[in-house]
Amino acid sequence: MADSVSGLSSVEAIDLTPVEKPRQLFLEVLYDWVTTVDHKKIGLMYIAYSLIFLVIGGIEAIVMRIQLAVPHNTFVSPQVFNRMFTLHGTTMVFFVGMPILFGFGNYLVPLMIGARDMAFPRLNAFSFWISAFGGFLLYYSFIGGSGLYGAGSAPDVGWFAYAPLTARVFSPGHSTDYWTLSILLSGIGSIGTALNIVATVICMRCPGMKLNRMPLLAWLYLVTSSMVFIAVSPLTAAQIMLMLDRYVGSHFFDAQAGGSAILWMHFFWIFGHPEVYILVLPAFAFANEIIPVFSRKAIFGYPAMVAASVGIGFISLSVWAHHMFAVGMGAGANVFFVFSTMIISVPTGIKIFNWLATIWGGKIRFASPMLFSVGFLFQFLVAGLTGIMLSVAPFDWQLTGSYFVVAHFHYVLVGAILFMIFAAFYYWFPKATGRMMSERLGKWHFWLMVIGFHLTFDFMHIPGLLGMPRRIYTYEPGRGWEIWNLLVSIGAVIQAIATLIFVYNLVHSYYKGEKAGNDPWDAWTLEWSTASPPPSYNFATTPIVHSRRPLWDIKHPEDPDWNYE
Amino acid sequence: MSTIPITPDPADEPWVLPDRGTIGMACLIIAESAIFVIFVVAYIFYMGQGLGGPTPKQVLELPIFTTICLLSSSLTLHWAVVGLRKSKIGAFNAWLAATVVLGAIFLIGTGMEWYHLIYVDGLTIQTNLFGTTFYSLVGLHATHVIVGLLMLIAALIFGLTGHVDEKHAHRMDVLSLYWHFVDAVWVIVFTVVYVLGR
Ligand code: HEM
Ligand SMILES: [Cu+2]
Repeated sequence: MADSVSGLSSVEAIDLTPVEKPRQLFLEVLYDWVTTVDHKKIGLMYIAYSLIFLVIGGIEAIVMRIQLAVPHNTFVSPQVFNRMFTLHGTTMVFFVGMPILFGFGNYLVPLMIGARDMAFPRLNAFSFWISAFGGFLLYYSFIGGSGLYGAGSAPDVGWFAYAPLTARVFSPGHSTDYWTLSILLSGIGSIGTALNIVATVICMRCPGMKLNRMPLLAWLYLVTSSMVFIAVSPLTAAQIMLMLDRYVGSHFFDAQAGGSAILWMHFFWIFGHPEVYILVLPAFAFANEIIPVFSRKAIFGYPAMVAASVGIGFISLSVWAHHMFAVGMGAGANVFFVFSTMIISVPTGIKIFNWLATIWGGKIRFASPMLFSVGFLFQFLVAGLTGIMLSVAPFDWQLTGSYFVVAHFHYVLVGAILFMIFAAFYYWFPKATGRMMSERLGKWHFWLMVIGFHLTFDFMHIPGLLGMPRRIYTYEPGRGWEIWNLLVSIGAVIQAIATLIFVYNLVHSYYKGEKAGNDPWDAWTLEWSTASPPPSYNFATTPIVHSRRPLWDIKHPEDPDWNYE
Repeated sequence: MSTIPITPDPADEPWVLPDRGTIGMACLIIAESAIFVIFVVAYIFYMGQGLGGPTPKQVLELPIFTTICLLSSSLTLHWAVVGLRKSKIGAFNAWLAATVVLGAIFLIGTGMEWYHLIYVDGLTIQTNLFGTTFYSLVGLHATHVIVGLLMLIAALIFGLTGHVDEKHAHRMDVLSLYWHFVDAVWVIVFTVVYVLGR
């Protein structure tokens, strides 16, 4: 298969001979990585650092689930439990979700639009390092017991850090300061990367890559990145206010002086809600690339997909207060946010239908990337349905703050986003390393993950409906919660095992995996036209594209795509 | 299977893409605007909510003169770039210097205002909600002025030492985009803080 692609060479003369590098000393390698401005290396560093945090965040989840497996458990103390859910939520959102998506974006966007690098390579390196520093700062709060300038206490205010929990009186010491600073820094990094991706997509496309010929992935990263600077900036502003409150005694969120805790909620969720879409749109982006290739059909309804993504981007900015129905905003506001939330299911539905239509009648290959994509489709559908339930204000009044909500958002975060991240790993690993990941281990990973996921998060809805609140460190027996919690915890352990298999697969395949060639999946987008791994300059000569599927045109000159556009 | 049939294709048209400096700056401005919006919203939300004095009515004075200085600095910067484009380095330096002076006057004005507020009227960021929102919003803007001024001064030094010619006009364009943005924000801050808030 790989050879059919090198047909390109006669047209664009791309040099695909791998370059033999002399062996380098460890320090040289390190120096190379630390000082690099190559978008591919930066992308891989992003991915590596979020994998580290995925394991850490996973350990925190397991600690919580061990504690909750049986009633009256004393595995951890209440304080430690609070720290665990705070760190778990913060880590997963800011140091796993965002960086992993930026990592893939960094790696893929320039390759897919036929560019040599990002628009601002040095800004790119800066953004990475400042984000990574933010992540490690959060965990720095662990070091040194309770000494070391008060660093010994990890933050315990929850990932949305509601006022007044974060006020000096309720949160003495420096744990909340670490939290604020780490989010602030990683936020600056995210804004930098997002700006870079937008500039790259707009300004660096290769000749012929008009906006309506861009791979959908590039489109979705354009939308997500634009959302990052509209949504993450308010968070940055709110963090500045919180720091001012804590350090210089201003009163933004200080009810004693007339300040308002509700204002913090608004500011947080103006960021927090779009954040979910910032995470899920890249997951959609992966689905848009993977599903067509494994169904052997062009994506169904390209323009509708683009329109739906842009629509989701816009609407998601106006629904934040559905996280605040229980606050008592008044009927008018509630109605507005109920309806704006429900409207978002329209573009989302369009996307699901288009994916199904793409699969429909295709020649489906169930390799690991496709398996995870199919899992994603179903799970995302279910998450959307419980989401619509929660968007009804009276229903939300009943269930907000219960495990039903935790189950709902993990359906999105794990069932949709994490599943697509796994799919993306299986799909693009051969490009980045030149080797395939093991399909056998991939199947084990997938099935264990599916079983564990459904055991955990399907059953988690039930104690929620039975009234089990979230963020409690233990509970009484005899309320009908025990059996469900035990099953949920078992599911969590199964997911952890599945993830370890995945990590093993990554490492093992990196050294021992089957050689991949340039185009192992017989795909159609530009990244597959260059060597695996791509040389530092990406393409020997700048590609020129004539349609949405440039490699299809080369492989099928008798029936090129541009006849249909 | 190796050659692509030659079809008349739009790709044959000259392939021009927007400039990345401009796009990057535009994105930065959107991000910064979002930050300012949050601070402005907080200001409006807390208008008249403070539990004690002093109130804006008692202590704020309209900074008309410094406002005029700041707004006209947009104009002088524009002329500087126009001069640069026509290779008139002397004009460029002169107008740029004028811009820097006008910006500096604005900053000095802010400094004097704050000095008065703190030491005469006893209003600090801790005093009440007005102090909290006032210093943070005006201070955020002043920070942007400082950053802009530093960049302008750098450009001026390059200009005076003869390192600038019309090839750099484009970079000056991007920089002036930022400066115009800072000015535009001031119009909003002025309206909210000194007109509506009083
Ligand atoms: C894969 C297995 C996972 C398990 C078993 C798990 C489990 C949990 C548990 C038990 C809680 C605490 C609920 C409470 O007591 O309030 C929680 C909270 C949370 N999780 Fe996960 N989680 C997993 C993955 C993820 C992922 C991948 C993400 C995000 C990308 C995520 C994001 C969150 C957030 C934002 C919270 C809320 C934290 C807070 O209340 O402050 N989780 N999770
Ligand atoms: Cu939401």
